[in-house]
Amino acid sequence: MTDPAPNPNTPLNALQDRDITRPPRSQWREVWDQFKHHKGALLGGGFLLFVTLAVLFGDMVWQLDPKKLDIRNKDIRPIYTAIWNSDAKVSWAHPLGSDNLGRDHMAQIIAGGRASMAVGWAAMILTMLIGTTIGVLAGYFKRLDGPLMRFTDLVLSLPILPLLLVAVTLFRQPLRANFGPEMGMFILIVGVIGVTSWMQTARIVRGDILALKEREFVLAARASGTTSKGIIFRHLLPNVLSPIMVSATLGLATAIITESALSFLGVGFPSDFPTWGKMLADAVPRMQEFPERVMLPGVMISLTVLSVNYLGDGLRDALDPRIRGR
Amino acid sequence: MMLRTTLLGAAAAFALAPAASAERGSDGHVGVIYWQAPSIPSPYLSGGTKDGDAASVVLEPLARYDQDGNMVPFLAEGIPTLDNGGVSEDLKTITWKLKSGLKWSDGSAVTAADVAFTAEYCMHPEGGCAQLSKFDGVTSVEAVDDLTVKITFGEATPNPYGPFVGGQTPIIQKAQFQNCLGEKAQECTDQNFYPIGTGPFVIKEFKPNDVIQFEANPNYRDPAKPAFATMTLKGGGDATGAGRAVLETGEYDIAWNLQLAPDVLAKMAEGGKGQARSGFGTLVERLEMNLTNPDPALDANTRSTREAPHPFLTDMKVRKALSMAIDRNLLVEIGYGTAGRATCNLVPAPAIYASDNTECLTQDIEGAKALLDEAGWTDSDGDGVRDKDGVKLSILYQTSTNAVRQDFQALIKQWWAEIGVETELRNINASVFFGGDPGSPDTFQKFYADVEMYANNFDGTDPQAYLSMYRCDNEPQPSNQWNGQNINRFCDPEYDKLIDQLARTGDINERAALAKKMNDMLTKDSYVIVPLVDRGRVTGVSNTLGGFVLNTWDNELWNAADWYRMK
Repeated sequence: MTDPAPNPNTPLNALQDRDITRPPRSQWREVWDQFKHHKGALLGGGFLLFVTLAVLFGDMVWQLDPKKLDIRNKDIRPIYTAIWNSDAKVSWAHPLGSDNLGRDHMAQIIAGGRASMAVGWAAMILTMLIGTTIGVLAGYFKRLDGPLMRFTDLVLSLPILPLLLVAVTLFRQPLRANFGPEMGMFILIVGVIGVTSWMQTARIVRGDILALKEREFVLAARASGTTSKGIIFRHLLPNVLSPIMVSATLGLATAIITESALSFLGVGFPSDFPTWGKMLADAVPRMQEFPERVMLPGVMISLTVLSVNYLGDGLRDALDPRIRGR
Repeated sequence: MMLRTTLLGAAAAFALAPAASAERGSDGHVGVIYWQAPSIPSPYLSGGTKDGDAASVVLEPLARYDQDGNMVPFLAEGIPTLDNGGVSEDLKTITWKLKSGLKWSDGSAVTAADVAFTAEYCMHPEGGCAQLSKFDGVTSVEAVDDLTVKITFGEATPNPYGPFVGGQTPIIQKAQFQNCLGEKAQECTDQNFYPIGTGPFVIKEFKPNDVIQFEANPNYRDPAKPAFATMTLKGGGDATGAGRAVLETGEYDIAWNLQLAPDVLAKMAEGGKGQARSGFGTLVERLEMNLTNPDPALDANTRSTREAPHPFLTDMKVRKALSMAIDRNLLVEIGYGTAGRATCNLVPAPAIYASDNTECLTQDIEGAKALLDEAGWTDSDGDGVRDKDGVKLSILYQTSTNAVRQDFQALIKQWWAEIGVETELRNINASVFFGGDPGSPDTFQKFYADVEMYANNFDGTDPQAYLSMYRCDNEPQPSNQWNGQNINRFCDPEYDKLIDQLARTGDINERAALAKKMNDMLTKDSYVIVPLVDRGRVTGVSNTLGGFVLNTWDNELWNAADWYRMK
């Protein structure tokens, strides 16, 4: 033993600061540490990042025009078909095949994904904003509860399809004139989906807020003079994050699907503007001969929705301090 | 012994029953599927084929056309001709005799007054009747006695078989509709939805744009018919679904207008529950050029009316260039296969009336470009779209929602892009597009687009009424509740003269020459109508349905009374 033993009787020792053993950690560092433990969330997040980058920048790598028709190269099967069917018409120029008018599938998936993801994310964010705002206001301020919840019931009872048709009739022309046919339709679709699907979120958030605001920590915050704004943003919102996340993931999926339904009714994007939903709908008549035409966009929609779900799950766990470190 | 005879008799009756095709209502239920849902079961208030077809099961004309294009008397006792004295020597009147003892489905007698009333109903100046061209030249329709009706034309009319012949101009009951004349026609919902008729079925329940439930008409003139007690006419969905329901799953017996790509149809037919039957008639898929301005900035009373001419489609060279850029043979190959033929004619059949117009069959992109250059349409600002005096060749191209039509749109858009024309595509649900609702901005009659694509045909073998649709002032416009038939808003006094001349001409060869000339005026001389494909009518028919006769000269349901279930 070469080190001198510390003298336990040194009086100042107890008052001395201990050496800092590790650097201070921010809250987000803690969140990330927790998030890392969720394998599904990591995978989901990674996939989502990949898909987002692929649809944003994919057309720089794969430069075929998704709308370009090439009748001589129609009905090409994906390259992997050659593994079990050596007679299949395949071509490295169209690795995922081409449709019945010779449009390249890879390019369509990229272009379609851009539209679908944009609609999905924008509509979902709009839904969450409206839903959360109304839910929090209704749950927290007693005076607003009655009117806001009755308003929610009212919107909930509106039949979506006729409402949509009316909205399209009223707003299609002005939007098309101001933003062009594709951007105008995008605004209309995002707007309509956002305005018609926030109600579930609002109800869930209101319910949770009602329960939370009677809890001791909120009473304590209020007793210490925290403003309503402070209570909502510091204490209530982080605690209702998990139901909001769940609603958001469901909302993203619904938005992608609703967009394809609209296209089918002829009130969506122009028929030559690819989206995953439309690719899927267009492929249905030939799904027996060309299953890949439904599979590819279908799998893309499923995987995207699934990855958002896992990401949401992981985030919820990571953001909840009570289960952190477990 | 007595008992035994009775039993034997009963047994014999049962044994004979199927052979004699039984009695009314013995074969249960028949299902018909139309992927365009009927909106109003009246051919007079809607130009949509599906609406006229739905009505034709209930309402019947005096005579119809059979599968060979011959006239067959329905409510009439026989076909009046010059020889039997039914048509007067001066060709100005035709006298129809009704069958005696005919009853409406409510039990009252059918009289000549009902026929006269039907004419009054359709020819009412404020009614906006969709079949007005059938009554072209008629000055009066009067009931001579209970069973005789006399139609008088203003001039000698060698083809007096316009009114009340063919499924589009059936007889309606005077007692039911007498308060629904003129502007009130659209408002009589009960009458329009539940017409009292003479046909084999009556409407039991009508859901607009969805489904119609029929039951056998208890007062139908043949006591043994119809063999089916009930009938469903299901509307909506798409051609694919309709094809599968008949050919693959056998849920329905008849699927109307299977406008499906040839490979898809062939695959479905492997299902073995039914077969796709096709026959060529007069159905032509065409592009209609809007000669009026559909600009949304215009107010509702001038938009798409002749008060506002189109900024560039009024230029013949532009229309011609648009036509030249199209490869019709490729369209046929992609969309119809053997059920279609490339055509340049509005009237593709019967052969005697078909013009020898084949110029358009060869695609000529370079020629189209040269033509546009010559007309002064050049790409002056370098954005790939030709323009002139600040007007860009930018087209809104609409049609109904159907996979084949969307394929056509994509192909045509590409060809037009090659000649420097920008195209925006739009597709509208078929039930709405062909619905004829004057309140909707999306109907083909309103034509709030520059170009639209659909198919149309005519009843029977004579194109006179069909060609008369393109008369000045017969266009859809606010004053006729957007119900006119001159979809392009074509107006040429020369053409109107030819319509009148055709009505006066008796000799079949002269008529043919006139009809060809009129066809050419609308197509190759002006390119107001750009025909694409002469389409065969493709109908899916269940293997267990007997008595169905595919008829390209009248509608699908023309002989619904004769259908039966094969045992």
